[in-house]
Amino acid sequence: MPEIRNYTLNFGPQHPAAHGVLRLVLELDGEVIERADPHIGLLHRATEKLAESKPYNQSIPYMDRLDYVSMMCNEHGYVRAIEKLIGIEAPIRAQYIRTLYDEITRILNHLMWLGAHALDIGAMTVFLYAFREREDLMDCYEAVSGARMHAAYYRPGGVYRDLPEQMPQYQASQWVTGRDVTQRNEARQGSLLDFIEDFTERFPALVDEYETLLTDNRIWKQRTVGIGVVSPERAMQLGFTGPMIRGSGIPWDLRKKQSYAAYDQVEFDIPVGVNGDCYDRYLVRIEELRQSNRIIRQCIDWLRANPGPVMVDDYKVAAPQRADMKGDMESLIHHFKLFTEGYCPPAGEVYAAVEAPKGEFGCYIISDGTNKPYRLKIRAPGFAHLAAMDELVKGHMLADVVAVIGTMDVVFGEIDR
Amino acid sequence: MKALTNYIKSLFLLELFRGLSLTGRYLFRKKFTVMYPEEKAPVSPRFRGLHAQRRYPNGEERCIACKLCEAVCPALAITIEAEPREDGSRRTTRYDIDLFKCIYCGYCQESCPVDAIVETRVYEYHFENRGENIMTKEKLLAIGDKYEAQIAADLEAQAKYR
Repeated sequence: MPEIRNYTLNFGPQHPAAHGVLRLVLELDGEVIERADPHIGLLHRATEKLAESKPYNQSIPYMDRLDYVSMMCNEHGYVRAIEKLIGIEAPIRAQYIRTLYDEITRILNHLMWLGAHALDIGAMTVFLYAFREREDLMDCYEAVSGARMHAAYYRPGGVYRDLPEQMPQYQASQWVTGRDVTQRNEARQGSLLDFIEDFTERFPALVDEYETLLTDNRIWKQRTVGIGVVSPERAMQLGFTGPMIRGSGIPWDLRKKQSYAAYDQVEFDIPVGVNGDCYDRYLVRIEELRQSNRIIRQCIDWLRANPGPVMVDDYKVAAPQRADMKGDMESLIHHFKLFTEGYCPPAGEVYAAVEAPKGEFGCYIISDGTNKPYRLKIRAPGFAHLAAMDELVKGHMLADVVAVIGTMDVVFGEIDR
Repeated sequence: MKALTNYIKSLFLLELFRGLSLTGRYLFRKKFTVMYPEEKAPVSPRFRGLHAQRRYPNGEERCIACKLCEAVCPALAITIEAEPREDGSRRTTRYDIDLFKCIYCGYCQESCPVDAIVETRVYEYHFENRGENIMTKEKLLAIGDKYEAQIAADLEAQAKYR
């Protein structure tokens, strides 16, 4: 009798459902997965090594490019580590702005995830609707930082600039004139906070729409219920964080457990799943969209009522105001010193983490007392999740691999770094 | 009873029709598409696009070759060479920004003590030949001259935040 050998399939790195540059080597028995072997490293950019050659502040823009769909959360992780190292605390208004933008980032990320995951499994419409909302949130990004994605907005000691009091407006064109332009600009009449508030009023109904399209849909359920089941014990052993562990029923959330920024000042709930399958993780993320919306609303109310500084008043770590810099010699010296040499935190080691949309994003910095980190280690949540790939897909059909990749929310920027 | 309702729901494809009616309603609603090249999405005054070098109102270039932007640039995209001019003032003889290296973080604009290097609202540009990605001093000044009104207005609007 001839020897029967398993069929080996190369999934990716150019596969559209591989979410970037994941290369999966799949061993198949017919259509059933025997073994899945994820190969990483195709998007490796040596961010950690690069950070060793730059003063602390100059690595902030590179943090945006790790997990490139949850930009400000990465910055927050890095900036918090530096703040802990120097021993400074951002002013309360900056903390609230960070909370606000972390949650906007969470919605951005989950919308991207929802659209891409649904598209992988065969629902095209959700993708289009999700990107419509992302457009509004990217306008919020652009309004504060000047970039739609790679913001570089958080700084050690606060945020770069306060929230703007005006929103840019649509201009009339040959396609859109008169009343239609007014309608488009309706939400843009007031400040950025008014614009975000208008979004939070619309958003819950829009989440209902996504749910109408997916939650009860029989095709969606057939593709996700019972796929990629992780038991709570196994989820902990595998080092899962974020929606991956919460989908298995463990209410682990750094925002509550190790509160940072202004998360202890706002009210929100942590959704948890029951079965730990793809469907439960979908439900957890949908509920997180609603909870994020709730946090944003509370932040808006607070920020409206409490104006104040958004940066620490310490010229050793934060640049002075431009007006001061132009008129005052001492400020000018600080300005030059900060943008050339930067600052020298005390020697030591520090770890700080934030609850990024995908899980625990942390930075471990070893400082030797110079103006550059001696070593920077980034703890990316996606890496631990991807490591469980083999376990999650074993015994499932080939088509379910796509569902599992989707549910893990892999983004290669952070896994390869 | 619950099994029966579930059976009926499942038999008549209720949830599928509910989804279809949602997308059907969108079919007849007004479209929110922005017809890009003809009409454009609003751009914030903080936008970080193509770089430009500015001049003083009397036509003198602002850059004094302090090399702060060169020092702060995380991507090492800026190259500056400088020497005293005939009238004794210190100016750049070479100011290159490699747009392939640039990551548009805005640190150069942030660091510039004389508001000489700025990132404008321009986001539509392209290169056709090798080497065009290097923005020389002449190119940067030309961009600055072209958009000076807009740049000055944006800087004015942002002055109270920075």
